[in-house]
Amino acid sequence: MSAVKTRRDVLGTSSLRPDGNAKVKGDFAFTSDLHAENMLWGATLRSPHPHARIISIDTSAAWKIGGVECVITSEDVPGQLTYGLISSDQPVFARDVVRYMGEPVAAVAADHPETCRRALAAIKVEYEVLPVLSNAEDAIGDAFIPIHPDGNLIRQQRIVHGDTSVEGDVIVEGHYVIGMQDQAFLGTESAMALPDPDGQGVQVFVATQWLHEDQKQMAACLNLPAEKIRLVLGGVGGAFGAREDISLQVHTALLALRTSRPVKMQYGREESFFGHVHRHPATVWMRHHATKEGKIVKIEARFVFDGGAYASTSAAVLINGVTHTQGPYKCPAAVVDGYAVRTNNPPCGAMRGFGVVQACFAHEGQMDKLAAAVGTDPVSIRLLNAMETGDTLITGQPVESVAPVARLIRETNEIPLPAELPSDANELDLPGGSGITAERQHIKRGIGWGVSIKNIMYSEGFDDYSTAKCTLSDGKVTLKFATSEVGQGFVTLAPQIARSVLGVTDAVCDTIDTQIGSAGSTSASRQTWMSGGAVDGACRLVRERLFEHVGAKNNIDPIRFAIEDDEIVDTAGTFRMSVIEASQGLTISETFEHHHRKTEELDDNGQGNCHVAFAFVAHRAVVDVDPELGLVKVVQVATAQDVGQVLNPLSLLGQIEGGIAQGLGLAVMEEIIVQDGRVRNPSFTDYLLPTALDAPVVVARMIEEYEPQAPLGAKGVGEPPCISVTPAIVAAIRDAIGKDIPRCPVRPQDICL
Amino acid sequence: MSSNEFYTLKVNGTDLQVSDAWIGESLLYVLRERLGLPGSKGACEQGECGSCTVYVDGAAVCSCLVMAASAVESEIATVEGLNADGSLTDVQEAFVTEGAVQCGFCTPGLVMAVHHLLDENATPSELEVKEALSGNICRCTGYGRIFAAVEKVVAVRKGVHS
Repeated sequence: MSAVKTRRDVLGTSSLRPDGNAKVKGDFAFTSDLHAENMLWGATLRSPHPHARIISIDTSAAWKIGGVECVITSEDVPGQLTYGLISSDQPVFARDVVRYMGEPVAAVAADHPETCRRALAAIKVEYEVLPVLSNAEDAIGDAFIPIHPDGNLIRQQRIVHGDTSVEGDVIVEGHYVIGMQDQAFLGTESAMALPDPDGQGVQVFVATQWLHEDQKQMAACLNLPAEKIRLVLGGVGGAFGAREDISLQVHTALLALRTSRPVKMQYGREESFFGHVHRHPATVWMRHHATKEGKIVKIEARFVFDGGAYASTSAAVLINGVTHTQGPYKCPAAVVDGYAVRTNNPPCGAMRGFGVVQACFAHEGQMDKLAAAVGTDPVSIRLLNAMETGDTLITGQPVESVAPVARLIRETNEIPLPAELPSDANELDLPGGSGITAERQHIKRGIGWGVSIKNIMYSEGFDDYSTAKCTLSDGKVTLKFATSEVGQGFVTLAPQIARSVLGVTDAVCDTIDTQIGSAGSTSASRQTWMSGGAVDGACRLVRERLFEHVGAKNNIDPIRFAIEDDEIVDTAGTFRMSVIEASQGLTISETFEHHHRKTEELDDNGQGNCHVAFAFVAHRAVVDVDPELGLVKVVQVATAQDVGQVLNPLSLLGQIEGGIAQGLGLAVMEEIIVQDGRVRNPSFTDYLLPTALDAPVVVARMIEEYEPQAPLGAKGVGEPPCISVTPAIVAAIRDAIGKDIPRCPVRPQDICL
Repeated sequence: MSSNEFYTLKVNGTDLQVSDAWIGESLLYVLRERLGLPGSKGACEQGECGSCTVYVDGAAVCSCLVMAASAVESEIATVEGLNADGSLTDVQEAFVTEGAVQCGFCTPGLVMAVHHLLDENATPSELEVKEALSGNICRCTGYGRIFAAVEKVVAVRKGVHS
């Protein structure tokens, strides 16, 4: 081995973000920062009703306002009138009926955002208000007339597994309610469209999670060939699932094509609450059967996911929910019924954790009930049932992934508990914070556990792939891919891969756009595995060609070459040459598509190898509660996460801490309040997000066990942190006050009334 | 909507003319859309998230809540003014090296808030840091690396002074 000459940010190091400097200086161009010469602003008119028939739309007054260049409605959509990720059931603009509060009805383009607002106010829409289907249970069966031609049931899935006649010595049962959470990314929806001079195409800068899926859906609605819609990733201010669906993409492009001028659309915060899908609110019933020692022998469950007015990814969320009923525990038999339904509530779809959050909240509540019923503790009951590699899921699928569940629980349990709250604690450290509301002597402390399993990547037979191109030229690598960088750090990881594989120092990412094949979505904790695999594959192909080139020049069989630090070395001889020198005057470019292994659809009994791989995590939460005022302070979250190979410790820690904060939000404060289909709190004043004062101390252990299936040995790490922390916090509240709380978020009245 | 009148804002030490503006525009809108200073971000439009933090006469404020035309007599400082010499400030540097940046949308506002905090209080306690930054929402990081960045700056500055 040659001595390391320069420190290179290879895999395993805390390589820093290449966009970090620009972001701290305010120089990084988010989509909302973009501008074009002669640009117009676009804005959307939305339904004030959750369910109504549109009698008429009169846009004439809006057209007459000075500065207004265009007003469009459903009549102006040149292609398919609907879009959608799984089924195309959502109108570009409502035509006859509006099915949720905030549904787009028309859009305008004008010279100033204020002109847009006036134009929207001048559009006259006459509605006939219809009865609102707001209760998800009413959507099952015939209780309510279909509110959409596709019916009120989006999908139903049953799982029947093992000997279902078995009964446990001990049976515990619970009904759980999970509220509607918002992704609340800080950078609201934004896009800028630049029409081609011939009006036959458009370039769109957009903040999205999946450029090619947007392109496909936009092409259908705009009636243009996909290649005529050139998407470029604009800077993305967070995503968390909310940018997987179409929001303003079609509207912006259509306004630009109509006006032959650049158009920018950007939602305000209130509109953003109406402009994207949310986490499904759900009700979950579970009944666990166990031996008298507490070993699970059967689980019965029923899930109802409220999909809101349009399908989005509800069908896939449902499958994630029902197939994760057992959690990270062995379970030989199960009967599960799951429903994803349509209502006049806001559409729900992807959010970090994707259906598993809801299942986990229920199964973890059950584990604590089971522990109590058999007279043991939360840790012992989980260790007793902990899943291992080789176990069979209730879908019949074997768990082939590394599954260090017992180790995660033990390592989390080893993390020291926080110090007692001092008798003279600062008010800011008390539940409720600086309002001087809670008093130290009333505070009760509790400890709770949550452990989870999460499928990573897409399921149910979807041909999931990612594409990457690596170009090596004069010792410098340029990487091209369409992988959405939403903050997670793929732009950091990709060059790390290139440096490791090719021995280069200088590696950069090209513009992220649709001028290369799809990368799939930045979701499902999949990009490190999928796009990481694609970048790795492309770099390896380039390395092969470089070895061939150097071999031919030096009369050495290229099979003998390896990369050592920044050199090509002959492993069977003495030859060595720096990669920079070897690639002088040379340009090698290779493209690679990484596909994960095939998965299957589920049969009618919910049996089938529908998932690719799994990641696991354990959380232990410590909370202080004021039982009289119903206030909670999360003091500490201890966690051990199954991550496979660590590729960038600093990025990984950021994912863990950030995910925990989002899970904390769902546990104690974040909920979109919907009454009769009406959203009551679409603002950051009324929808509360965790602040610096709400952030708990996070003590994290990364459990590094190489995942042989993964291209880089690394599992996706984005979703697990936010999944079982929510039930852990709620369990800690239950522990503190000795009361069964079946819902999240936990509200003051759930504690003190 | 517009008029031929103009007003002048003093931003980062330079007088900048705002013309043809609607009088109701917020300072955030004018900075971003009229003066070419998009470093301040808008994420809530009601002073809850801190993404638009700037200094008006030395006070850290949410520029979305300030009418631009009301700031004509004031000294306005934005994130763009932190790097007059092109190099990063110690706070910016620490945000990058400590992992406090993910999507980065909250970052300029937080950088401004941290500078303001440390200018007023060179050695804040952990709780003082949390309180000072509790008006700046970050959705990506869970704040852990942001606290680490502040700690690093405090430690380095202490080292320099001692």
